[in-house]
Amino acid sequence: MSLALPRKIGETLADNRLQLALYTNTGRLVEKRRGTVTDQVLPEYQELRTHANHLKKHTIDNLDRYLEEFERNVTGRGGKVIWCSTATEVADFVLGLAKERAAHLIVKSKSMTTEELHLNERLEHHGLESVETDLGEYIIQLAHEKPYHIVAPAMHMTRYDVASVFTERLGIEKEIVPENQTMIARRVLREKFLKADIGISGANFLVADSGAVVLVENEGNIRLTTSAPRIHIAVAGIEKLIPRAQDLAVFLKLLGRSATGQPLTVYSSFLSGPRRDGEIDGPDEFYVVLLDNGRTKLLENPERRQSLYCIRCGACLNHCPVYRKIGGHSYPWVYSGPIGAIITPQFHGSDRDPWLPYASSLCGACAEVCPVKIDIPKLLLDLRADVAAGSKLGIAERLAFRMFAWIARRPRLWEFAGKMMAGLAPDTDSNGWIRKLPWFANIGPLKSWVRERDLPPPAQRSFRQQWRERGGA
Amino acid sequence: MSRAAILERVRAALRPAPSDTSDEPPAVKLRVPDVSIDDRVANFMVALQALAGKVCLARDTTEARDYVTATIAGRDAIASNAQFLRDTGIVDLPGVARGLNDREQVRSACASAAVGITSADYALADTGSLVMFSSHGEARLISLLPPVHVAVIPRQRILSGLDELLTVVPKPADRSSSMVFITGPSRTADIEQILVRGVHGPGEIHVVII
Repeated sequence: MSLALPRKIGETLADNRLQLALYTNTGRLVEKRRGTVTDQVLPEYQELRTHANHLKKHTIDNLDRYLEEFERNVTGRGGKVIWCSTATEVADFVLGLAKERAAHLIVKSKSMTTEELHLNERLEHHGLESVETDLGEYIIQLAHEKPYHIVAPAMHMTRYDVASVFTERLGIEKEIVPENQTMIARRVLREKFLKADIGISGANFLVADSGAVVLVENEGNIRLTTSAPRIHIAVAGIEKLIPRAQDLAVFLKLLGRSATGQPLTVYSSFLSGPRRDGEIDGPDEFYVVLLDNGRTKLLENPERRQSLYCIRCGACLNHCPVYRKIGGHSYPWVYSGPIGAIITPQFHGSDRDPWLPYASSLCGACAEVCPVKIDIPKLLLDLRADVAAGSKLGIAERLAFRMFAWIARRPRLWEFAGKMMAGLAPDTDSNGWIRKLPWFANIGPLKSWVRERDLPPPAQRSFRQQWRERGGA
Repeated sequence: MSRAAILERVRAALRPAPSDTSDEPPAVKLRVPDVSIDDRVANFMVALQALAGKVCLARDTTEARDYVTATIAGRDAIASNAQFLRDTGIVDLPGVARGLNDREQVRSACASAAVGITSADYALADTGSLVMFSSHGEARLISLLPPVHVAVIPRQRILSGLDELLTVVPKPADRSSSMVFITGPSRTADIEQILVRGVHGPGEIHVVII
């Protein structure tokens, strides 16, 4: 089994500027969240999480029924549901519609689901212009990169990076003040909004009893995307369903707080179909693309199915000691952090990136902050078992662990072994760490393990000794 | 046809426990606290001001008109067709485009106006939000395209919060194709997490409570 890590990880760790950006940006989001979920401001927070978990579990366990109910209600209000198994089907649908309506310009709001599909590239390949309108996504699109974070796509870039991208792509003078950079993007994108033929959005929730798409944001680009063009297409994974509009009282309270520490984001849109008789504006055509793209594979295992409860708040990324060091571009797919580490192997198979479930210290912070209570550490362990079961080089490892288990079950032998190891331990360096081990502990698979780690010196007195001294049994 | 294929895959994956229609979703939990109207007004003010929104408590329609006039400050403004704006005479203020019913007209007026004036169907006290249903009375773009948004509402429309709204309006889709909550000015922090207001929507929001 090779758990070779992507080179990107080493590059990220060596980049001091990037490390600082990651540390401060995720840290700020951690603090903001914390301030909005305390007992003083939201005493029912834990109750809401449990309720959200039950609602998601119920919906996913009965997904077929809710998908059909959702479709009935969208159709009943003059909208249309397009079912797509793959990325190609989504692109074909959009291209077909664009051709029929003679559309050229598409404005897009941020959607992780369309990132999965590389939708922009596919559309542009066929001569359409597809423009991201979320400020962070717009910068990323101009720079030809993929989002660094589920919620803050350009988290890794500084104002100077943005300045170079704008100068290069928009042909403007160098501008390094974020306020001015934002206003430049506003002007460019305002033109696009007013000319666009089609608006493509994602969806935060699909409401079955209403046939509605719910979208949350701070900038207003989603409202513009879904209101200004004559056609609105929402692209959503089939797992986005919730049963009733009233359930939003639970989900909206959790999503804004978990993502950015806001009790409610600036805009929350509840959209149910094309504009109706008498309404002055809004789209004439309303489509919801229901996408599988591998999601039904995640449904098959009743234990792992909970991966589909995710509402993409990004809190597990911000709190993950691994994500905060290796960053979003070290992960192999569009979903990074702990949630990426559990869903990517399920989408792609555990043999493609076997290191991924191991990219965690299992500290449990992700599960602690997950607003829908996905047991991420449990799933990581479960996925590690998949990797181990498929590995060929595990014989030595298995033997070693069997020996460890044999000793660990025999208290006297365990104590003796402990003393022996302590006696053999080499001296520490000036900082109090053991940097080098004797040759017999520095061979085979142990060698690479030891190379990356310094060890603390053995304790003067073992736990068992201390226990006896304190009069324990 | 992908529809049949996807539904079949979903059902196959959920076996041997296929969807059971008697399996009811967990009960809806909405808490509607008992908050007096004076407290709602006060809470709304605190919440919106914390987001850099401006609130004017107007004793009567004259005060409201004065505040709106001062906010327009001689610039171009467009008003929605909300009955409340007509009743209060806000639409008759100088420089205010009114009575637009055609989509294209509204759109180009909004694209050039400095101030968009609307009412709101409800407001939420605990978050400082406006709740707007798209209708003949309220076009979507008036609260969105102009850089300044002014909303004028009677104080009775302020609810305690989201739970009360979803109690009063359990099925928003029955009322309109679009329900939007507006909570403060448009903002972004996408560049170095530096807060910038007015990125796509209005950077300034004023709520006049009569």
